Amino acid sequence: MILTKLAYKSLLNRRASVLLTLFTIAISVMLLLSIERIRVDAKSSFSNTISGTDLIVGARTGDIQLLLSSVFRIGHTNNGVSWQSYEYITHQRGVKWSIPISLGDSHKGQAVLGTTLDYFAHYQFAKKQHLTFNQGHAFTAINEVVLGSDVANSLNYKLGDQIVISHGMGNTSFHHHKDNPFKVIGILNATGTPVDKTLHIPLAAIDLIHGSSAHNEHDEHEKHNDLTGHPKQITAFLMGFDSPLYTLQIRRNINQYKKEALLGIMPTVTLKELWQMLAIVEKVLLLFSGVVVLVSLLGMLTTLLANLNQRRRELAILRSVGARPWQLFTLISIESLFTTLLGCIVGSALYYLVMLLASSYLQSHAGISVNIAMLSYYELTLIGVIMAAGFIIGLIPATRAYFYSLSDGMSIKI
Amino acid sequence: MISLNNVTFKWHKNDPIPTLNIPTLIINKGEHVFLHGPSGSGKSTLLALLAGINTATSGDVFILSQNLNTQSNTKRDAFRADHIGYIFQNFNLLPYLSPIENVTLGCEFSKSRQQKALKQHSEPKPSLQKEAVRLLNALGLNEQYHNKDVATLSIGQQQRVAAARAFIGSPELIIADEPTSALDANNRQNFIKLLFEQAKLSCSTLVFVSHDESLKPLFDRAIDLMSLQEPL
Repeated sequence: MILTKLAYKSLLNRRASVLLTLFTIAISVMLLLSIERIRVDAKSSFSNTISGTDLIVGARTGDIQLLLSSVFRIGHTNNGVSWQSYEYITHQRGVKWSIPISLGDSHKGQAVLGTTLDYFAHYQFAKKQHLTFNQGHAFTAINEVVLGSDVANSLNYKLGDQIVISHGMGNTSFHHHKDNPFKVIGILNATGTPVDKTLHIPLAAIDLIHGSSAHNEHDEHEKHNDLTGHPKQITAFLMGFDSPLYTLQIRRNINQYKKEALLGIMPTVTLKELWQMLAIVEKVLLLFSGVVVLVSLLGMLTTLLANLNQRRRELAILRSVGARPWQLFTLISIESLFTTLLGCIVGSALYYLVMLLASSYLQSHAGISVNIAMLSYYELTLIGVIMAAGFIIGLIPATRAYFYSLSDGMSIKI
Repeated sequence: MISLNNVTFKWHKNDPIPTLNIPTLIINKGEHVFLHGPSGSGKSTLLALLAGINTATSGDVFILSQNLNTQSNTKRDAFRADHIGYIFQNFNLLPYLSPIENVTLGCEFSKSRQQKALKQHSEPKPSLQKEAVRLLNALGLNEQYHNKDVATLSIGQQQRVAAARAFIGSPELIIADEPTSALDANNRQNFIKLLFEQAKLSCSTLVFVSHDESLKPLFDRAIDLMSLQEPL
């Protein structure tokens, strides 16, 4: 069709400014798609962090603080849960399983978590997936450690390596527990959750390295077999129930527990609350990328309008060979549509490039596992909205071309 | 071919004096008419009426026995595409098309002109491009320029391309709005001769507008727009 050909040739003729416009659109599309993908994947990574756990119990703080410290290893609680309370609560009716966890130590900036074998049996993430071993197996002795996949990858540890745990968090911790090196006995598969960045050691070992066991004078032979030990307190514990009906009841009991100030949270509920707190950030990000798209489209409008005045002669010539005003309207619309379309295509390509380059960084630094997949229905909708916006904005110069051609007729105005 | 009856034209309804006031004007088929008059005498306005861009405020404008004044905008656009070739004073060409493409543009908006253009060739596979090449050669533009960037052509060459575009598909009426004003005297005569040749070949009526009265003797008939208009 002649109009398409004219639009194409005319764009080609003005390629410098068209390319510039195209790239601003492409970059804005790339930004919008990237931000959206990271947002969606962050949300799913986030809610995939823990599943199948009905209740998390820790010393009384805020719901979110407990969730952050126990699941995300962010911040730490000063108080713990006494072992007696743990024993008491987990022996109530309806408790299917429980996992005690003890945090507070680290290895080269990665969290060390003391726990029992129940952790490997009952801890679930994403869609009720259990932890699986890439190499080796769960610890069987007090001086053995199971690594999360990121820990093994980033620090390049293999099975059989000896490692030393530091007291407290952070790389620069001065107090190393050098007396008690641990042997790498297992490496977990990647989960896309904080588990990947965690070193798991027997609960008994935590007390051993701190010399704080309630029964320090235990016999040698007992030490190696008893992985739980007799800790005075733990950081928190996770519980699963036979039936969800128990959750609320036991939670109420925990929150009213007289002997110790405890807090029980339902991780799914608290995750949702936490995400809602972050929703404002999410919305600001979305707003920003929306504004970037708008600015790029306005840039296109500016160029189109600026060019249009110089093109009045062109419009007059086309009128002289019989082009109708609506055909000139269509011509200019096709040009803006074509620019937006190409911008969207290039933008999508850039987006894949960026995701490809950034995915490993996002995984290791933000714990967001980015899915590099076909454009989702949602993303296609976003692109569709940009196309529609580009088209609508293109109608402005197109309308002007229509009226120029009516008022100028064939008199050449330049 | 062209007949104007009691045509008046006002740019605005409330103008006290019409820009144009022509009691009668008849131009016969195949005539080469020289239309002249000083600036502001309404030459461009008359051409806009003949090309169907504007319509007369009163009176009738018949072209090929069709009254343009009673037709809709769309019909007049289609009429122009089918029956009229137009040559501007200068800057006739779309900068992003090659000379050949500029020529074929002349029949892109009209089926009937496309068919007429293709009929010029008896070969089994006629094409608009071939017709464009033929016309450009006939109008004295060598083949080496046919696919050049139009910006590199001289004004004389550009006007030849514009003339070829006006003639492609043999429209019944060719309107030339001072097409030679940017050419030197030699080129001017030459260009007009070529226009006449083509107009004869395609049996087109030629309305040539200029304020340069030295060209007058070349034409069949000269019309002074000032004397044509009814004194007020």
